[in-house]
Amino acid sequence: MSLTTQAKKTQETAPRPRMGWLITDSISVSRRHLLKITRVPESLFFALIQPVMFVLLFAFIFGGAIDVGSGGATGYREYLIPGILAQTVMFAVAGITVGITEDASKGIMDRFRSLPMRPGAVLTGHTLASLLQNILVISILSITGLAVGWRIHNGFADAALAYLMFAVFAYAITWVGAWIGLHMPNSEVAGTAGLVWIFPVTFASNIFTPVATMPGWLQPFVLWNPVSCLALAARQLFGNPTPLLGDSFPERYPVELAFGYAFLLLAIFAPLAVRAFKTRNK
Amino acid sequence: MTLAIKATGLTKKFGDVVALNGIDIEVEEGTVLGLLGPNGSGKTTIVRILATLIQADSGSASVGGFNVATQQDDVRNVIGLTGQYAAVDEYLTGRENLELFGRLFHLSKFDAAKRAAELLDRFDLSDAADRGIKGYSGGMRRRLDLAASLIGRPNVLFLDEPTTGLDPRSRQGMWKVIEELVSEGTTVLLTTQYLEEADQLANRIVVLDHGNVIAKGTSNELKSQVGGDRIEIVVDRVSDLAKTAELINGIGSAPATIEEVTKTVLLPVSGGSKAIVDVVRKLDENNIVIADIALRRPTLDDVFLSLTGHITEATPTLDTPKGRRGRKARR
Ligand SMILES: Nc1ncnc2c1ncn2[C@@H]1O[C@H](COP(=O)(O)OP(=O)(O)OP(=O)(O)O)[C@@H](O)[C@H]1O
Ligand SMILES: [Mg+2]
Repeated sequence: MSLTTQAKKTQETAPRPRMGWLITDSISVSRRHLLKITRVPESLFFALIQPVMFVLLFAFIFGGAIDVGSGGATGYREYLIPGILAQTVMFAVAGITVGITEDASKGIMDRFRSLPMRPGAVLTGHTLASLLQNILVISILSITGLAVGWRIHNGFADAALAYLMFAVFAYAITWVGAWIGLHMPNSEVAGTAGLVWIFPVTFASNIFTPVATMPGWLQPFVLWNPVSCLALAARQLFGNPTPLLGDSFPERYPVELAFGYAFLLLAIFAPLAVRAFKTRNK
Repeated sequence: MTLAIKATGLTKKFGDVVALNGIDIEVEEGTVLGLLGPNGSGKTTIVRILATLIQADSGSASVGGFNVATQQDDVRNVIGLTGQYAAVDEYLTGRENLELFGRLFHLSKFDAAKRAAELLDRFDLSDAADRGIKGYSGGMRRRLDLAASLIGRPNVLFLDEPTTGLDPRSRQGMWKVIEELVSEGTTVLLTTQYLEEADQLANRIVVLDHGNVIAKGTSNELKSQVGGDRIEIVVDRVSDLAKTAELINGIGSAPATIEEVTKTVLLPVSGGSKAIVDVVRKLDENNIVIADIALRRPTLDDVFLSLTGHITEATPTLDTPKGRRGRKARR
């Protein structure tokens, strides 16, 4: 290499940032995370094994005790799979919380910050990679579902809308995880803090049991819980059993509500997370 | 002369800790400034402010003619940073790391790959290019880290303790690369705890302690602050000390002094090697047995000791100013 070509000749100003950079920078960063998944395939394996285990446990062990109003054991499995898909989307958030905390405390973050890249791309790239992993897990889970008797009864368009809804919601909710991750002192704390809110939000929902089986005081929370809306919307779109409590708004417009929640979360937490990222360690 | 780096009155507090207490720094284009100071003196904090990673509480700074607080993109476009801790992705290979950073510098895919290959070659990493960083030795990581900071062909390079934890051979290699970069016109701001390193590489040196600049100048200027050359004569018998001092007094530029404990006579001299010959001849004529004699130039260790009242952590004893320097464990 010619040594004389090392430094720039003059002190040129940086090329003006272009909107397209956010996209190309995000792709570069997400590629980094995807490469990492291929280097540590165990992480993907365990991200998969957990929901598959839940499917098998509920389908064959607990399922018999839960009545969803129609179809007996097969009916429950049809009810269960959209719930598990929603649960998977939620639990993936814990992963990004830990990932972001770990990354933010490492030297590589200094490297990113000293490059003329779009700072937000560090987060959009990470969340995009997490979305791709989510899509893969959702696909494999769907196949597992088909194997235990779950079926898509409505047309292609409805099913496609259901998967789009999962993807959009999954992407939006990872920003909550990213935002939390940026406030954690280290990855041990992030490991617990990243999960602690996910448990109540995920399980105080209709993912495993119909709302009617729950105490009255809890029902409004469960009905309005974004996770319930997501699962109910998916059941409607797939044509799976949807035992309803009554005629409340979230039970009438679950699809609209699921998308609404997703955009709301994105609108709030994406800017918050980018701001937290820019001011961290300042 | 244009200034590549200019900082005025930088202050920074972390909670109650005053990390910087009003720092002024100027670095001329194409030169090397060595920032020297013990642990916690504020070296890294200065680098982080100049590299736009953190903001100073007060004061202003420009790098490559751009304000670090208000023109961050322009600054980032002309700088390279090799931090105190390796800033590469553990799970990626050396090549993947460099290509990633090239892409984030908005090089095309082709140019990023080409630049990565060039740098891997230049830093002797071609053989390990497609192995994960996890399997790299400390020295290889350090080289990759430096390579990564050169992706954008920076005008101004920040090197925060670039050779800490390296063995002497790797350190020499690193020095050679830095010297090459400077000869190509790169301006370098280098922090170090190795006085020898500052002596070797830096045109000018700034000595920090507790967030204050306590001295600045060229290495020679700093050394002359603590006095010029001197001859140290260790005699065999304590009884010879007084006589030795008397005999050689005329040769020195100032009166000789005696250290009884070490059986040493110290003689400040100006005429270096000629003086040492004269001393040896004179003592020989008078049958005084010399156990040891040496011409001693002041080192930056002496400078440091006289300025701060304590030795840098990396220096085990004052008697071994060169060589035998303890390796500081990387934290
Ligand atoms: N993020 C931070 N939070 C709190 N205190 C900090 C932070 N960064 C630096 N400090 C403090 O500021 C002071 C200067 O630190 P700095 O890292 O600049 O020192 P240094 O000269 O680079 O030391 P070393 O040789 O150990 O690398 C130290 O007292 C340090 O504890
Ligand atoms: Mg430091």
